[in-house]
Amino acid sequence: MAINKNVIERDRIVIKFAGDSGDGMQLTGTQFTDTSAVLGNDLATFPDFPSEIRAPQGTIAGVSGFQVHIGHADIETSGDKADVLVAMNPAALAYNLKHCKPNATIIIDLDAFNEKAFKKANLDSNPLEDGTLEGYNLIAPPVTAQCREVLRETGMDSKTIDKTRNQFIAGILSYLFNRDVEMGIEFLKNKFAKKPKLVEINAKVLKAGYIYAGNVEAIHSTYMVNPNLNKKGKFRNITGNQATAWGLMAAAEKSGLPFFLGSYPITPATDILSELSKHKSLGIKTFQAEDEIAGINSAIGAAYAGHMAATTTSGPGLSLKSEAVGLAFITELPLVIVNVMRGGPSTGLPTKTEQTDLMQALWGRNGEAPLPVIAASTPADCFDYAFLAEKIAIEHMTPVILLTDSYLGNGSGLWKIPTMDEMPTITAPIADPNKPYAPYVRDEKTLARYWTKPGTPGHEHRVGGLEKLDGKGSVSHDPINHERMTKLRDEKVNRIADTYPKQEVFGKEEGDLLVVSWGSTKGSAYQAFKELEDEGKDIAFTNFHFIYPLPKETAEIFSHYKRIVVCELNSGQFAQHLRNAMPEFKYMQFNKIQAQPFMVSELIDKFNEILEAK
Amino acid sequence: MTDSLKNIPAYTKKDFVSDQEVKWCAGCGDFSILSAVQSILPEVGVEKEKIVFVSGIGCSSRFPYYVDTFGFHGIHGRAAAIASGVKAANPDLNVWIMSGDGDSMAIGGNHFIHVLRRNMDVNYVLFNNQIYGLTKGQYSPTTPLGQVTKTSPFGTIEHPFKPGELAMGAEGTFYARGVDNNPKQLKEILLEGAKHKGASLVEILQNCVIFNHKTHEMITAKETRDDHQIYLKAGEKMIYGKEKNKGLVLDGLKLKSVTIGEDGYTMDDILTHDPAQEDPTMAYLLARMSLPELPVAMGVLRAYKAPVYDQLMEEQIAHVKANSKIKNMTDLMNSGQTFTL
Repeated sequence: MAINKNVIERDRIVIKFAGDSGDGMQLTGTQFTDTSAVLGNDLATFPDFPSEIRAPQGTIAGVSGFQVHIGHADIETSGDKADVLVAMNPAALAYNLKHCKPNATIIIDLDAFNEKAFKKANLDSNPLEDGTLEGYNLIAPPVTAQCREVLRETGMDSKTIDKTRNQFIAGILSYLFNRDVEMGIEFLKNKFAKKPKLVEINAKVLKAGYIYAGNVEAIHSTYMVNPNLNKKGKFRNITGNQATAWGLMAAAEKSGLPFFLGSYPITPATDILSELSKHKSLGIKTFQAEDEIAGINSAIGAAYAGHMAATTTSGPGLSLKSEAVGLAFITELPLVIVNVMRGGPSTGLPTKTEQTDLMQALWGRNGEAPLPVIAASTPADCFDYAFLAEKIAIEHMTPVILLTDSYLGNGSGLWKIPTMDEMPTITAPIADPNKPYAPYVRDEKTLARYWTKPGTPGHEHRVGGLEKLDGKGSVSHDPINHERMTKLRDEKVNRIADTYPKQEVFGKEEGDLLVVSWGSTKGSAYQAFKELEDEGKDIAFTNFHFIYPLPKETAEIFSHYKRIVVCELNSGQFAQHLRNAMPEFKYMQFNKIQAQPFMVSELIDKFNEILEAK
Repeated sequence: MTDSLKNIPAYTKKDFVSDQEVKWCAGCGDFSILSAVQSILPEVGVEKEKIVFVSGIGCSSRFPYYVDTFGFHGIHGRAAAIASGVKAANPDLNVWIMSGDGDSMAIGGNHFIHVLRRNMDVNYVLFNNQIYGLTKGQYSPTTPLGQVTKTSPFGTIEHPFKPGELAMGAEGTFYARGVDNNPKQLKEILLEGAKHKGASLVEILQNCVIFNHKTHEMITAKETRDDHQIYLKAGEKMIYGKEKNKGLVLDGLKLKSVTIGEDGYTMDDILTHDPAQEDPTMAYLLARMSLPELPVAMGVLRAYKAPVYDQLMEEQIAHVKANSKIKNMTDLMNSGQTFTL
């Protein structure tokens, strides 16, 4: 393919697609993403949609977005401000302009910019004429008219034709990024495999968009993002929720245990339930319960019956499940509770991201019920941490809380497809069926109790929420026994830290500032650290996946730095947790409570401010 | 798998008595229920290691500790949800839910209707003593209107549930009612419930000797019970009374009690009990009969054969497995759009 005009090579570039919910922005975004992956770019994506299913068309509230960050460089986040904005209507432009770089390329549909649309978007004047777009590189084709013209002879109705508008934009982007239009068409063929007519008309429009871009004077230069050479092997683009579901299933396959999910739909966790419900061919059982409480209790029942069990939810759902988490804890049954965190409290901001359930996960139960809490930090590593959550639950006979969040769950990134051979083994502490059984006899090393299941002759026994006698497991109100059992359960969970991999520290082993993050803030915090390190600043970075118990070497690591700053999307819950565990250190905080991920730029500003205030 | 083809050991009642001391109050109706259940378990035709008793919270929910099978003592109201997980995970198990009126009708009301709606193959035994016993005497959702209790010192102002009505509203496939002081009848209906494929609800009018003594006395007293209860049997006329001369007829959309030989009513006019019909309307009418106008219905009011959730789940999985190219995680992870870099 001929290279167009003046080509600028870029290490990384951020494209934001924005429009009404019905404008196909998620589809066009995914199309662009997949094409980028085929060309070898590293990438991350993040959809940003309103909590209403179909908010009024053309309004700010109805703007749905999809951001893609692609790179020749390694991509750690879905990107800060956009280099390219696609805005299908004035509301999409008005809402997103503040999220664009000052010299960004803005692509709009000129036909969507009229008085009626300005009114819907609460605009007093036409942003194309009132100076709003000064300094930006505007590409403003009459997309609607062009689509109708291109498809005039197909006899399609105008509603169907107007739905192809996004492909005109896709054509312009193909030109702008020096891509072969056939790649976009290939995506359409896969997407609409059973609807050849749709493929045909969309392909026509896509080509028309490409040709248009080559003809107009608005495009002075085009971009080239070369392949990322650090990534080698077989990859797929995966969302965090899909990766979580697959990690759970992979753990089941690896352990040889059947898998059961008891769950209830809740934003933004529902996709895990729907993903798992697709895979009956792998024997996966999904039970869509009548409420959150039944979701977890059915999973507890399945765990008692010998299954690898999980329940998936978001913050409000975890609140409802609290009592049952305690039941799983005292019965010492393996169970993974996935919390895809969202903005709270209460219903809060259901479609937005936050890390505000940390304290709830750690302490949100009656009685003393410490349990392992782990966090994923990229869409792709949700697979690994879901797998690991099951491994810990099964091998240590305990409920485990896995924290992800809306940013990870709905966002996507490239995931290197593992082989099942390379996944760690999972060995359940199953009681010898030929020996007598008592429910609270423990493995000496892990303190996990032995698991049996109904159907095992001679192993008939009773467990439940009442305190039980150590070993034999009959109901016990003995004070000494209660203290012993409380300590045993605590020690059992503490010993899980013996199995952790080494806590990874990036940058110098000792120095001025240690940046600490946990979970999904890793991407932006790492990127900010990396840029400052490259500038020669005295900075190091560590991210926590293991929240409870903390890695044993944590204090040792902290002791090597003069200052520690903990970055998180809440008011300082992890910082508080660290203060509680290791009060000998002083923790600075950088918090954001806007239900949006950190931008790399704001972290860099903060770190510079700390470094300069010596 | 057909149970009758397997070699089930010849159990006796003793095989189902656990080593735990039974801690109900002396004179509690729960003793006769425990005895009845232990008596019929040998006849259910299941190996004891495949039997699981699941309960919630309340006096009745201590039940699992006293039966020598697998048992799970859950949390308040959630027995049906836990049992659903046990049964869906392993349909080969014989799963019992032991619960009370507070546990099932109040805090666990949601799970109660849904386990019946789904027709999960479980045996649900509801101990209805119309009071909270373990918390010492507060009114429950089945306490009669106006009754004075610890939390209703001036009488309740709440209309009570009839569990059978709720069950019929959820189109439960099996509903029976019995009383704790009639062990013979109790064993018969418990066994029928256990043999029903699907969710079988057995409501037992049970006496709480401490906090609600004689709450069911009008129904259960030996002197009057023949006139105050009707024991319904499939295929038989709906007759009752000491003289067996009273019967039920349909009067418009209502049931009416008549005396055979009076007002022109003959045996031919009396309804015949058909618990197997799909439409639960008649069972609903029977379930809501109450004194003094009508006798209280005992026996199996409804036993309708319908598809069972846990079996459907197995069948769906088997069907998808047989028709899918994805056989394991390796197939799945490498399916669809992948990129080799």
